[in-house]
Amino acid sequence: MAFSRRKKKYMEDDEVIVIDNVSKSYQTGIYALDNINIRIKKGEFVFIVGDSGSGKSTLIKLLLRELTPTEGGIYVMNYNLNKTPHRKIPKYRRNIGVVFQDFRLLKDRNVYENVAFAQRIVQVPGKQIRKNVPAILATVGLAGKYKAKPDRLSGGEQQRVAIARALVNRPSILLADEPTGNLDPRNSMEIMKLLEEINEAGTTIIMVTHNKEIVNAMQKRVITLRRGVVVSDVERGVYVDED
Amino acid sequence: MRISTFFYTLWQGIKNIFRNKLFSLASIATISACLFLFGMFYSILANFQNIVKTAEEGVCVVVFFDEGITQKRIDEIQEIIRRRAEVSSINYVSADAAWEQFKSEYLGDYSDGFTENPLANDSNIEIYLNDVSMQSALVTYLESLPGVREVKRSELTALTLSNANKLIGYISLGIIAILLAVSVFLISNTVTIGISVRKEEISIMKYIGATDFFVRAPFVIEGILIGLVGAAIPLGIIYFVYNRALNFITGQFSVLSSLLNFLSIEEVFRILVPVSLGIGVGIGFFGSFTTVRKHLRV
Repeated sequence: MAFSRRKKKYMEDDEVIVIDNVSKSYQTGIYALDNINIRIKKGEFVFIVGDSGSGKSTLIKLLLRELTPTEGGIYVMNYNLNKTPHRKIPKYRRNIGVVFQDFRLLKDRNVYENVAFAQRIVQVPGKQIRKNVPAILATVGLAGKYKAKPDRLSGGEQQRVAIARALVNRPSILLADEPTGNLDPRNSMEIMKLLEEINEAGTTIIMVTHNKEIVNAMQKRVITLRRGVVVSDVERGVYVDED
Repeated sequence: MRISTFFYTLWQGIKNIFRNKLFSLASIATISACLFLFGMFYSILANFQNIVKTAEEGVCVVVFFDEGITQKRIDEIQEIIRRRAEVSSINYVSADAAWEQFKSEYLGDYSDGFTENPLANDSNIEIYLNDVSMQSALVTYLESLPGVREVKRSELTALTLSNANKLIGYISLGIIAILLAVSVFLISNTVTIGISVRKEEISIMKYIGATDFFVRAPFVIEGILIGLVGAAIPLGIIYFVYNRALNFITGQFSVLSSLLNFLSIEEVFRILVPVSLGIGVGIGFFGSFTTVRKHLRV
């Protein structure tokens, strides 16, 4: 639900995400997130790090409005996610690009169709799709492979297709859930370079990762979660091990 | 909805059928098998009902009048009877016509000795009914009419036919209900398996921002098309089998063809085609619609 009249109360003009005293517990009674507060500005590149069970995945699901918080509020751009009805979720999600560790490409469709699919879903006219898809494929360096099926591509290339699909609808925010988790170091660094370029072009990026080398090399804001609690939030931070 | 989106959805629905050939074939086979049984059963039933109806139409009630009744009163009674809803047709037989008929049927040349009409008081009205089960009620009514002396009927025939009709009705309802329940169960399972294979595709669509309608539409179109094909196949088979079966029955048992009146395939199809297509489309629609709904909460 839009909350422009109350926007001032929860968000500054330059902020795109506000997570305000959010807790999330499941039916088992265990808290996946416990009273966390995060504010993310437009154009930021933020790493969310933490071990398994730290609440990273729950946080991504909350931002995608796949889950709602047990307590607290989440505000993303003009949406109060606690009050966004089911029918308005598709429109909200069109502002968010998502990239997963396992790429999640449609294996029976080629590169072009995988990216065009995202445009068709938001009902972009065919003429515009024929213009946008080659352009975004060129941006991610796959212009020459538009006819290839995903299983003919390397892991890095598949992730590039997934990034192209996430970006083709020009989202303001890109959520990347362990995008280098299935890639070798060389491909990982190439994907990170691509994400950095996308970020420099103005897209806010929130990336969940386990990869210490990448976090340390990128020198971006690092939010560390441990057992559902934010234990550190550092500008130009480094990966902090639990022990 | 944009026209391009409509055609995209339609095309995706068609492509889905080919993408999941095995599940599509399984669904089509399931619908076809159920609707084939339904079609065969309906064809037999429709013929049986037609035979009973033809027999019913031959059952008549005969009304005889009081002695000395005027022709005017006979005409009035005819008019009253004709207006009754359960009456299909009536046939007035005058005393002279009754005598002529009797002579030609039973006496032949031996009727010369009769100088007067012995059936002078036997002018009558033959009444044919729409529904033979209404015979008793009509007879009671007719007996109460002034001017009516006697009402003759064939109670046993009427009762037998009426009971046969009821029995056919109950059996057909029961078998159709069972066949439909089995089809819905099988289709639902087939669609569930088909959709679980594409659970990931649905979740990707939802994450990208597809509306429930956009996600559901190709699956529903796929379901409808599978239902249509699943219904068309048994109809085609029945079309070819029916006439051959009829020719075989009438050829092998020629006595039956003179006694029984079988329906033509066109007459059977008049109801079977829309009903089968309706059931096929309905099962395809509801099967896919409800199954996709379970996966939309992403």
